[in-house]
Amino acid sequence: MTELAANDPLPKPKRDIAPILLPVALALLMIPLIGSTSSWLTLTAASLAMGMMIFIMASGLTLVFGLMDVLNFGHGAFIAVGAYVATLVLAPFAASIQADSLWINLAVLAPAALLSMAVSGALGLVVERVLILPVYGQHLKQILMTTGGLIVAEQTLYALWGPQIIPMPLPTSLRGSFIFGDVAIAKYRVLATLIGLAIFIAIQLVLNRSKLGLLIRAGVENREMVEALGYRIRRLFLGVFMTGSALAGLGGVMWALYREQVHASMSDDLTVLIFIVVIIGGLGSIGGCFIGAILVAMVANYGGFLVPKLALVSNILLMVAILMWRPRGLYAVTSR
Amino acid sequence: MMILSGDPPRSRVLTLVLVVIILALAATPFLFPGAKALNVAAKICVFAALVASYDLLLGYTGSVSFAHTMFYGIGSYAIAIALYGMGPNWAAVATGIVVGLPLAALLALAIGLFSLRVAAIFFAMITLAVASAFQVLASQLSWLTGGEDGRSFQLPELLRPGTVLISKNLFGFEINGRILTFYLVFAVSAVMILALLRVVNSPFGRVLQAIRENRFRAEALGFRTVFHLTYANCLAALVAAGAGILNALWLRYAGPDTSLSFSIMLDILLMVVIGGMGTIYGAIIGASIFILAQNYLQSLMGVASTAASEAGLPLLPGLLHPDRWLLWLGLLFIASVYFFPTGVVGRLRNPAGGKSGDSPH
Repeated sequence: MTELAANDPLPKPKRDIAPILLPVALALLMIPLIGSTSSWLTLTAASLAMGMMIFIMASGLTLVFGLMDVLNFGHGAFIAVGAYVATLVLAPFAASIQADSLWINLAVLAPAALLSMAVSGALGLVVERVLILPVYGQHLKQILMTTGGLIVAEQTLYALWGPQIIPMPLPTSLRGSFIFGDVAIAKYRVLATLIGLAIFIAIQLVLNRSKLGLLIRAGVENREMVEALGYRIRRLFLGVFMTGSALAGLGGVMWALYREQVHASMSDDLTVLIFIVVIIGGLGSIGGCFIGAILVAMVANYGGFLVPKLALVSNILLMVAILMWRPRGLYAVTSR
Repeated sequence: MMILSGDPPRSRVLTLVLVVIILALAATPFLFPGAKALNVAAKICVFAALVASYDLLLGYTGSVSFAHTMFYGIGSYAIAIALYGMGPNWAAVATGIVVGLPLAALLALAIGLFSLRVAAIFFAMITLAVASAFQVLASQLSWLTGGEDGRSFQLPELLRPGTVLISKNLFGFEINGRILTFYLVFAVSAVMILALLRVVNSPFGRVLQAIRENRFRAEALGFRTVFHLTYANCLAALVAAGAGILNALWLRYAGPDTSLSFSIMLDILLMVVIGGMGTIYGAIIGASIFILAQNYLQSLMGVASTAASEAGLPLLPGLLHPDRWLLWLGLLFIASVYFFPTGVVGRLRNPAGGKSGDSPH
């Protein structure tokens, strides 16, 4: 090892900022197209909130792939399970949800979200042990097994809760909007954006500033080497898988509150959405996943406002455009 | 052996089962009276061809595509829209075929070229995204596709049930247009399956298997893998669209539930895995087992569910409800991927369940 002189700065990896500028440029480009500044601000706020929720759901999927090369087609199941579990808490305490006090509302919401995360995380443990452990390193079987898992989870939800749509009203204090001049921004969107940002920062801190994160990143780069150094990467992976599942559960609760309803088929629709996000971001990259989620949400919101007909295929067009530019996604993490 | 392209079933039991299935299908109009039996038999024929074409992708090239129902749907909708718009005549049937097949092949070419440009692992995810977008598109463009209701149409005179070709003879059978349609479905499906058997046993098919086993090595040997994979994609899409055409002709209807839904994709996956990946024969076995179970076991589930609810058992009535059929299918699917990766055909060819015939990945 060569020794660095005391004053030499450590060599830094080159920063690739083009993908970060992309959503900013897209948002700025939309100002003249949309015309009215107030609608633009509302739409941008909506995109950010939606993007954060998608990011929370997709982050686990991309990490699991990056770390262990496992493609989980059943990730959407954790989302739906999270949302359904939240109804278990929210339905009996409907009165507290109706109460016009932020603290009473949060006192019910927070335990509901935590329970959802716990159940989704525990389900993640079972799925990893039962479905994924036997088929490590075999992509084809992984896809088949986890697709089977998705069907079973979805059908079990139908069997337990019935096929009807369950309403999930927003707490009273989170309804309505903050009004700044002629710009209205829904309160819940602000909350969702804050939670999403907090989770993004937390993940980045853990990955880049802690020993655990160091091991995870090292595992992404070279699994065998980390194992050779005496770390049980299997256990590390299990932890990441459960965390990712729990985050998907949290995302499910937030999404259900956003839509104010719960249905087992939400896992299907969202699976496609989060796949597009992780493909755009580059499989395995948290930063790419974050930008990808915001891009998808922006295209959905701006596109829905400007050309409603296009909204159906806008995600696919976005994916095609990004992959034409960077065939491995915005940030290609692994050499695989 | 010419007709089987030198690839016989290679197992006595398997040969026997196949012969029984094919004979039973061929004789269904005479052996099993009633509309339901004929429907089941026609569905088995259509799905055997559809699943065989999926096997070309999954079993022989080892790539998982979730867009196969899209091609199936393109075939169905092409013929349905043509017959709906142009009236029940043969020109409309020809138009549907001439538009539907190339459209499916072109779309497969586009998807193939695009997703082969990006990392291989994206293929499954991209096909899933494209297929779901297509499904939304089909239900939204209701002026063309009839939206959620789909399109019902009339068949040309010759294929209608009312057309009596041979009136009741000595044996008491009547050959009408419906039975003629059934034999059309049967024959075209058989031809498509035999053609697929020819494809996988050609040098081209060997290259596909080489790509499945080790893409880099195949490339190093000088094969243009991108060309081969895209070609296989287009062939599979063509056969799938063909099966879609047959399906629409048989049902006299094309709609999202019968030709595009994601659950059909799952059915296909299940049939391939149960029958045995990479065998083509597995498609016939898988389709037969699955569709028979779907049509006859489901009613059994209803009986069991009612019995369970009468006995006052908790949870069981919900789990056994006929609508929860997919739940048990999913469990069966996981179990068969895990315990029988080579499927029924693999087991029959290699009863020891040996590791030598391990499935591709």
